[in-house]
Amino acid sequence: MSTIAFPAPDPAILARREAIWADLARLMPAGGLITSEEERRAFETDALAAYRQVPLAVVLPASTEEVSAVLAYCNREGVKVVPRGAGTSLAGGAIPQEDAVIIGLSRMRRVLEVDYPNRTARVEAGITNLAISDAVSADGFFYAPDPSSQLACTIAGNIAMNSGGAHCLKYGVTTNNLMGLRVVLMDGSIVDIGGDYLDSPGYDLLGLFTGSEGQLGIVTEATVRILPKAEGARPLLIGFASSEIAGACVTAIISAGIVPVALEFMDGPAIRICEDFAKAGYPVEAEALLIVEVEGSEAEIADELTKIEAIARQFNPLALRVSQSPAESAAIWKGRKSAFGAMGRIADYLCMDGTIPTGQLSLVLRRIAEICAENGVGVANIFHAGDGNLHPLILYEAAKPGDLERAEVAGAEVLKLCVDVGGCLTGEHGVGIEKRDLMSYQYNPVDLEQQMRARAVFDPRWLLNPAKVFPLEGRFQP
Amino acid sequence: MDNETVGIPASEAEAADIISTARDAGVRLTITGRASKAGIGHPATAGARLSSAGLSGISLYEPSEMVIAAHAGTPLSELEAHLAASGQRLTFEPPNPAALFGNDGEQTVGGIVAANWSGPRRIQAGACRDSLIGVRFVNGRGEVVKTGGRVMKNVTGLDLVKLVAGSWGTLGFITEVTFKVAPVAEAETTLVLAGLDDRRAVAAMCHAMGSPYGVSGAAHVPGEGTADALTLIRLEGSAFSVAHRIRALTDYLIEHLAENPANHNGHSLLDADDSRAMWVGVRDCVPIARPQDRAIWRISTAPTRGPDVVHAIASQLDIRHFYDWSGGLVWVSTSSKGNAGEAIVRQAVAAHGGYATLIRAPMSVRESVPVFQPSSGPLARISVDLKRAFDPDAILEPGRMAAGV
Repeated sequence: MSTIAFPAPDPAILARREAIWADLARLMPAGGLITSEEERRAFETDALAAYRQVPLAVVLPASTEEVSAVLAYCNREGVKVVPRGAGTSLAGGAIPQEDAVIIGLSRMRRVLEVDYPNRTARVEAGITNLAISDAVSADGFFYAPDPSSQLACTIAGNIAMNSGGAHCLKYGVTTNNLMGLRVVLMDGSIVDIGGDYLDSPGYDLLGLFTGSEGQLGIVTEATVRILPKAEGARPLLIGFASSEIAGACVTAIISAGIVPVALEFMDGPAIRICEDFAKAGYPVEAEALLIVEVEGSEAEIADELTKIEAIARQFNPLALRVSQSPAESAAIWKGRKSAFGAMGRIADYLCMDGTIPTGQLSLVLRRIAEICAENGVGVANIFHAGDGNLHPLILYEAAKPGDLERAEVAGAEVLKLCVDVGGCLTGEHGVGIEKRDLMSYQYNPVDLEQQMRARAVFDPRWLLNPAKVFPLEGRFQP
Repeated sequence: MDNETVGIPASEAEAADIISTARDAGVRLTITGRASKAGIGHPATAGARLSSAGLSGISLYEPSEMVIAAHAGTPLSELEAHLAASGQRLTFEPPNPAALFGNDGEQTVGGIVAANWSGPRRIQAGACRDSLIGVRFVNGRGEVVKTGGRVMKNVTGLDLVKLVAGSWGTLGFITEVTFKVAPVAEAETTLVLAGLDDRRAVAAMCHAMGSPYGVSGAAHVPGEGTADALTLIRLEGSAFSVAHRIRALTDYLIEHLAENPANHNGHSLLDADDSRAMWVGVRDCVPIARPQDRAIWRISTAPTRGPDVVHAIASQLDIRHFYDWSGGLVWVSTSSKGNAGEAIVRQAVAAHGGYATLIRAPMSVRESVPVFQPSSGPLARISVDLKRAFDPDAILEPGRMAAGV
């Protein structure tokens, strides 16, 4: 097994397992509690599937009140809790612990209210990201953050990780698109933060909760900002002979004062794997590909694409192709958004998520190649070029002894590199367990302790998703 | 250190020393940059003053990465000039406090962060806190803390950046801030609809905000005397795009007004210079800033309920008002006598949702009524505990936002 440690389960809790099940059964309606080993095993991991822990129990509440009852009970009894949306975390944010109860939000997925004049939607937090957009699409609106897993991932998970997506260059990430939350605190109390108006009257608790990885409370409802859809959108594919040239082209586009709605990058291995899977018409001969998307009316799109093409031509593109139809645009995005799945068909991989200052792109790509070669693992690079959020996929074979460990070593070096050049460990996936032990590389002990002191206001006993985010050593105890 | 001291640290380390010393001596600190917004909040009880004036200068600017960092005492005007020289700007349009407070309008970058100070473009581009990607500060223990960084996507650990923004100095003495920035729009124009009443105006603004035309400002200034009410809707972008969208938006709104008959005295377009001047006025609260002896409330609510809030207040108090943020930001001027209408304003906000901040009032009023929206229950407890988590001995601006905070 591999290198990330879990805290030893509390034997006193494990010994009381049957009593805890009986208590939870009294709190939850029939069907809302899972105790059989076989069914619990279905929740043992998330998208960081190299790590598995079978939870003590799983509850699937249907209301805020049920979440409150279970949290109040767990708080009273000192039972740890791991919140779960759809279990799509690449950072292990939803991986359980043997002595913890999973609170899964999959039954809470209604749209409660849509208010078009005020451009808000109030939803239960277990709804999928895409279902929010689907609910308002016929009226010309959408919910902007669009993680690649948007078909499956929940808004609860998006809030926990402050998820981004391909289009956040223009529209921002989750924290920029949230207006209100209903949250259950560890003691079971229910609070409303924000609402359907902008900004908050006191401390920005909405901002603090967003990206807190399920460690401050459990979000059961969210009021999100919905936006009118653009009149149209069209991607442009530009293939280059090298990543360096593609990086220079990105810099030139942004320096010209053009901020496209999306600016995505793939390197040669990623291009070929995705093309093989999605048949999107990517230029397989290129070593770097940019997908640049612009929005607006037909005339505006044409005008902006002309400007971008003129810039791109200065960098001797091997291929330059504007999508000619909605079907072609969909195929281009399908290739990008299914990249992780396509990769999974040919290899096991760890998906990194560091962010770097975009000016460091060439250096960082060169070093990533060197690091992976030194460790004997493969790599394919896919990332959001406009904001420097990298997703190197570090390829390994799970069946090959020591390969996962080598991939983890390479991954850690890549993330340290991101920090060294002025960036950070994670841009949109979260810390989870995966990057927990690297936190002290990015933050010094004082920085981390200040975060933990703020955390302790909500969960002083480390009951909420406790194995995550903060290194297990040196944890602040109030 | 005693209550007469003015600390002007020349470095972050020196700031940390001063705060440690103050903590040991039990001296409270009032934190200032240029003191342009010193009149906001519960008045300070006696204490020493800690100024960011000695921490000045741009520390990082990478135009091609759309990021700028500056020491907290850097004048905002200096930062904006730096950005403008490379064709960029802060997107959240921080207001200039000169009209509101009768000062020279100079403010620091630390000050706009501490106040989460955002203007009209907030409805499109987000608040100050949305542009803020990194902060360094000294907490009430005298420790230097770094949160966030210089990259625009960063979810590493708890987002203390957001917590510090809008904390009015109560959690820490900000020493450096980092913003993401954007290119200055090549062109702008404003569509002006004349003569609409408040409800029609808000309906028209919400209709515009729901269009695909990318509105970056929507404000309504009611008529007074012989002056017509003006409803302002701004578009920004490339020259080609703005020319194209303003035609589409105008047709779209004229059709909306025809379907929803209203007294409407025509429409016009402002050129870029007039548009800019108009939005500076909206941004800085110019329509109701004078006379300066009146109190000013800043109320955030859902746009369509803005007129309800105004109606509820106006039925009991003599007020002047205007709307920004499509109707969701209501600026209200009341008499500053008594409690500046506090009970009535809070009641209106409680009935219709949102919150109210008493942005301007004489010290005697601010001593007797809460300036910020009071919270209760678990949220009030959380605020007090968060304050302790940063500033256990309550030496940084204690009580400025609320008792215990």
